[in-house]
Amino acid sequence: MTSAMEIYQLLPKTNCKECGESTCMAFDVALLSGTKRFTECPPLMNEDKYSDSKQKLEEILKPLEGAEETGLIIHEELCSGCGNCVVACPVNVANDSHGSGRGLGPTNNKVIFRVVDGKVKAANVKECRRFGKDKILCRACIDPCPTEAIEFV
Amino acid sequence: MTETVTWTCTGCALLCEDIQVSIGDNRIEQVEHACIKGRARILGCNEKAIPTVNGVNAKIDDAIKDAARILMEAKNPLLYGWSNSTNEAQMAGIELARTLGCVIDSTSSFCQGITINEILNGTIPTCTLDEVREKADVMVFWGADPMSSHPRHMSKYSYFPRGELRQRGYEDDRTAISIDVWQSRTAKICKNGFHRIPPGKDIEFMRGLIDALSGRVPKLSFDYDVKRILELAATLKKAEFGVIFAGLGLVYSIKEDIALLSEFMSALNQFCSFSLIPMAGHFNMRGFNHNLHEKTGHIYRVKFDDGGAISGVKYSVIEQIKSGADAVLVVGSDPIASLPVSISRRLKDIPIILIDPCMNLTSQVADVTIPCSTSGIEVGGTAVRMDGKNMDITSLVQGDNMSDEMIIRRIIEEVE
Ligand code: SF4
Ligand code: SF4
Ligand code: SF4
Ligand code: SF4
Repeated sequence: MTSAMEIYQLLPKTNCKECGESTCMAFDVALLSGTKRFTECPPLMNEDKYSDSKQKLEEILKPLEGAEETGLIIHEELCSGCGNCVVACPVNVANDSHGSGRGLGPTNNKVIFRVVDGKVKAANVKECRRFGKDKILCRACIDPCPTEAIEFV
Repeated sequence: MTETVTWTCTGCALLCEDIQVSIGDNRIEQVEHACIKGRARILGCNEKAIPTVNGVNAKIDDAIKDAARILMEAKNPLLYGWSNSTNEAQMAGIELARTLGCVIDSTSSFCQGITINEILNGTIPTCTLDEVREKADVMVFWGADPMSSHPRHMSKYSYFPRGELRQRGYEDDRTAISIDVWQSRTAKICKNGFHRIPPGKDIEFMRGLIDALSGRVPKLSFDYDVKRILELAATLKKAEFGVIFAGLGLVYSIKEDIALLSEFMSALNQFCSFSLIPMAGHFNMRGFNHNLHEKTGHIYRVKFDDGGAISGVKYSVIEQIKSGADAVLVVGSDPIASLPVSISRRLKDIPIILIDPCMNLTSQVADVTIPCSTSGIEVGGTAVRMDGKNMDITSLVQGDNMSDEMIIRRIIEEVE
């Protein structure tokens, strides 16, 4: 996972305040918490000397913007469609014990993970054990993934 | 109109039979449950093969006639490839070899052939992948990295699924072990069950394990924590249903001493129940061995002569290309890309006939290219899964080309 520091290093670091934050550091924090988008830093957007940084920030922040409300991010470009997460996720197993629970592709639409066109797709993410009133710090999709394609932010 | 069909994937020898494919207008629209490798198989060739003779475009009938001519004029033709063909095409290939009285060999010749030989001869115990899912509690990936080569191996059968006797799945009920020279993707999943050994030391490590199994302290020439081997032996001994997945890493190291592998399996089976499954790669590599075995009693490297069939190292693809073969029929393989350079260099000087759906490096040098349909996409049949189970293969769409089986049958008609 990218650190706040890495993102900060890509900002202009001039503390010009054009973004409405008092410093670039404050803008960095706002980026991470999702209250600001990197496009709200005018120097970064308009000045040529920052174009490399801008491109890197785009790459780093794009998946973050795609994060589910639960914080689940799938890096599709890393996924090999192996199905380990499909078979290991306790929600998949509980809601589809004769399909995913036994190693097969999901047999209904109540599961979180399924592999479509060779890449994993997530649905019903609200059922994830990391949320709700009895939440637990489940890692059953993260640890079995051979390519670190799944993370929670 | 779009319809969804259940399909068996021919992307690797796992032959996953639960794939859902949506097809509309003779085109594949969506694929569910197949891994990225299976999806690539469905997407097909980068560039489709076209019929050629001497490097120029030709009619398919002329290409077939020319192929037959080359094979008949050759004194010592070699028929090679076969692991990407259905059983039916392989059987036709064996018939062609018998008709020509020539040598036939497959990619298993320098791959899993030796382990499959031991299994078919009954010297190494084996089991099915379905049994692995239902019962296996200890699985050893030796020189094997299914997470890269057979992506659904661990999720569908060997580690993650709940099975009849393994209701709690992998966390509590199964122990995965990787023995390898590098930390592969599979090794990472095995976590503390990963044993890294120096390259080429598989035989020594296996001897060490045999010692450890019978309570002797193993002596190794390389630096290795003896306690870890003893612990590993203890884990193996406790297995209710253990299975060794033999990868190419193991096969390459042990090919000079295959008897040791049987000895290791016997040693394990004195204490517990252990089987071995070869990690066959191409979807029907194992099928060729079964089919040839059924017809001749040999699994590969066979020469048909005076109605009989003999087998030996000198009839291996490598030895034949080095000295002997004066024409090669390649079916569903890319030997120019996959054989050692010293061999493929020689191959270039021999007339090559290629039957394949796709352009590849071999088609660049082939004298005759005959495009065929892709098995398991445009043509159905049967195939043998890596564990020896016979599977039905269905076609998904209508292709433009004949099947490899049809092409070989046409060549047989021409040479008879
Ligand atoms: S606008 Fe950009 S450069 Fe200016 S303070 Fe905000 S982040 Fe820093
Ligand atoms: S954290 Fe657990 S419950 Fe949530 S998606 Fe991953 S495996 Fe499923
Ligand atoms: S475990 Fe990882 S690589 Fe495998 S399907 Fe899930 S996200 Fe993709
Ligand atoms: S593991 Fe092999 S057979 Fe299964 S979907 Fe992937 S490529 Fe196809």
